Amino acid sequence: MIDNAIIEKLRSIVGNDNVLTSKVSRVTYGYDATADVPKGSPDVIVMPTSAEQVQSIVNLARRSGIAIYSRGAGTNLSGGTIPVEHGIVLSLQKMNKIIEVDAENLTAVVQPGVIIQELNNAAAPHGLMYPPDPGTVTTATMGGSVAENSGGLRGLKYGVTKHYVMGMEVVLANGDRVRFGGKTVKNVTAYDFSNLFVGSEGTLGVIVEITCKLLPSPKYRRAMLATYRTVEEAGNTVAGIIKAQVIPATLEIMDNMTIRTVEDFAHVGLPVDAEALLLIEVDGMAEEVVVREAQAVVKVVAENNGELRVANSDAERDKLWAARRAALPALASLNNTVVLEDATVPRSHITDMLLELAAIGRKHNLTMGTFGHAGDGNLHPTILADKNNADEMARVHLAVDEIFATALKFGGTLSGEHGIGVAKMKYLGNEIGSTGLDLMRTLKNALDPTHMFNPGKLVPFPQQQEEVAHATR
Amino acid sequence: MQPGEQATSRPAIYDDLAAVQQELDKCMHCGSCMAVCPIYATDKVEAGVARGKVAVAQAVLEGTLELDDPEVVSMLFNCLVCKSCMQGCPTKVDFARIMLAMRTAVVRKNGLPWLKKAIFSTLKHPELFDRGMKMGALLSGIAFRDAGQQSIAPRSPFAFVGKYAGFDEDRLLPALAAKPLRDRLPELIQITEPKTKVAFFTGCSLNYFYPETGEDLVSVLKENNVEVSIPKGQGCCGIPVFVHGDVETIRELGRRNLDAMESTGAEYLITGCGSCGGAWQHEYQEVFANDPVYGPKAKHWAQRTYDISSFLVDVIHYRPSQGKVDAVVTYHDSCHLKKTMKVSREPREILNGIPGVTFKEMSQPDACCGSGGSYVLTHFGTSTDIAERKVNDVGRTGADTVTTGCPACMMQLFDNLHRFGKTQQVRHYISLLAESYRNEKAAQ
Repeated sequence: MIDNAIIEKLRSIVGNDNVLTSKVSRVTYGYDATADVPKGSPDVIVMPTSAEQVQSIVNLARRSGIAIYSRGAGTNLSGGTIPVEHGIVLSLQKMNKIIEVDAENLTAVVQPGVIIQELNNAAAPHGLMYPPDPGTVTTATMGGSVAENSGGLRGLKYGVTKHYVMGMEVVLANGDRVRFGGKTVKNVTAYDFSNLFVGSEGTLGVIVEITCKLLPSPKYRRAMLATYRTVEEAGNTVAGIIKAQVIPATLEIMDNMTIRTVEDFAHVGLPVDAEALLLIEVDGMAEEVVVREAQAVVKVVAENNGELRVANSDAERDKLWAARRAALPALASLNNTVVLEDATVPRSHITDMLLELAAIGRKHNLTMGTFGHAGDGNLHPTILADKNNADEMARVHLAVDEIFATALKFGGTLSGEHGIGVAKMKYLGNEIGSTGLDLMRTLKNALDPTHMFNPGKLVPFPQQQEEVAHATR
Repeated sequence: MQPGEQATSRPAIYDDLAAVQQELDKCMHCGSCMAVCPIYATDKVEAGVARGKVAVAQAVLEGTLELDDPEVVSMLFNCLVCKSCMQGCPTKVDFARIMLAMRTAVVRKNGLPWLKKAIFSTLKHPELFDRGMKMGALLSGIAFRDAGQQSIAPRSPFAFVGKYAGFDEDRLLPALAAKPLRDRLPELIQITEPKTKVAFFTGCSLNYFYPETGEDLVSVLKENNVEVSIPKGQGCCGIPVFVHGDVETIRELGRRNLDAMESTGAEYLITGCGSCGGAWQHEYQEVFANDPVYGPKAKHWAQRTYDISSFLVDVIHYRPSQGKVDAVVTYHDSCHLKKTMKVSREPREILNGIPGVTFKEMSQPDACCGSGGSYVLTHFGTSTDIAERKVNDVGRTGADTVTTGCPACMMQLFDNLHRFGKTQQVRHYISLLAESYRNEKAAQ
């Protein structure tokens, strides 16, 4: 229970200005970017400025039986930062120093509140970049994206957040601060804790420092946009490009519904009768290689009857990208609620998945567009609905159930990049089974026995077990 | 950008708060606004940014928070209305409308605080306001000392009292002109065989603080054979009161200004201030949306209002000047000029066209300077933090002159360049063109 004595203690730890208790603050830290999930209302928002302060807060919370919801910029799409049970929202945004960019080792050390783009800005003068690029790259924090294991548009060639985290410092539930990993490319000392905490969604500890990998920025790139009369031809193009041994940095797909909506919204000159569209970008350090890869792509597109537009300048590239960037905003403009999923299938099932998604939308009489990262099988079926229409929202929920079942049927996964949070917890067992759930619970109980960190997220517990854990807090 | 593009009728959002729901529904809570909000960049607090304020507005509509709760009111006024968040908003939420609808609703419910009421009511009486500003020019020596460059700084006893609103001893303000612009110029500046006829809406800042800039603007129009009317019946545009939620006063001021301009028979209306120009292009249409008399008048002038730079560059294709002005110049995009009037290319074109001028772009030229009209007075600390980033960006260009198209930005830049030890001159971009024309004549 949070009373004035606790608030005073928090103030003495982080200073008056870094403890927010006003009604307005409690409203504004009760949500994140996820639609159609309940809002929360924290008792207090605390903004530490050092790892030592985080330790003190964790110790205080543990002794007083208070939940802690770690939060970066709150841009996640699975309800992962919503304070479902009151407690403390621990905003790490004021721990926002870039401690080091080490061009010799191709690494950077950052505090969790650093915005991803700020790291890229700091790396750019060295000719380096931090490749993971979720759509929220200019707002999301490093801590948040590591905790959520964010993906993005370059996943196929460059991988996702977990491929760039080399080490961390974490505050554990017992208040200890533990460091692991580091700047070496190779490191097999101890368990691979980095990969445990990446994607742990704030349920195991508080990340207070991250050592990450940087890469040299590609010097050349070539963007192309292909439109198709059938989804199959677009799908075959994706397979054909990979078969031609080209790994594009970007290989994005949009369905007809998305194409029509984007054209209506942004007037970028897309053929509205096209059934599918691919945005393809190849990049690299040598112009010759990039040109050769682009030629290979052109050939595959032609073989599959695609209409191709090639960007010959940065301005033309921006035009092609404008179509993709407009996808979510355009769809979102259709109604007041945007249910954005990220069900993911093996690349070879992209066509099947797109066709089934369209069928699910029709079956439930819903407005649904699908776009996404065809290269890595990560699709974003996006349902536009009216939150005030109970009947429609019920159909949305049925459709979402079917979307996940379909992804699993094709050997895919519930979430490619948004995480489980509260939004997908009920489906978790369908993918990892009861033994998987038991393993999750075992890990959670070992590291956070009183379920202090982000309770009610990621790890589903039967009600009784949850109550027992809370009682021991 | 052509003026008056958005001229369709809208729900009476400034008379009924419920109409704001439609605008709130557009917000996806994605947080894109966090990337550009100057207040959020400083405070790192969710209630500072548009997404947070939308959530609070929603809570007010749902009844979980009271509109006139002091916390809500204080949050509503912790916004510069710089519209930066609206530029990159994926779903095009018109956040300024939400903000102003909320503020007008507060005023409708509780009235204006007495101090604001006292100040705003003087605006409704132009003669009284005018006399007060001139009196202020005479009396300012009591509270302020002459700080050179036609500027003043608070004297120490006043600085002690005023420092919480930023009137510390370091504060530099432009001196109130002993003779305002509209007293310096005749109501009609006739030209033989004019190319076209314009009305010049001076706004308060050019009239009382920067009359020389206003004279420069008029001299540039004369150089281009444009006849200029400067009707005495004009007054404050009303934006300074509208941002405080006083919709009735902007309506009253707007009616008078519309009548004054109508009497000129001018083809175009010219402004040298983004906020004033924005009022003519957008806000008058909004506040008179349901007014059968002034609605059509507002629309008429909205389509004819130009910032002086777009008028020169796009409408009359001004005569380039041959006069040399030796200066290394950078340009700060005023929020209301760029984000409301969509003017950013034209001033740069003018500056780049002046012989002798070396133009250097600063990093993030369209980041807000932190002035926000009265925001600098009410939130001095945040405002100064924002300004510090701006003047550091100015400093890194190596320019000796920073130009902008907004007198309020000029004041803020002037004060903060000095405060943070920078030496750049602050000028309205039009003054460089005027100087160039003068130098051209001198060389002949």
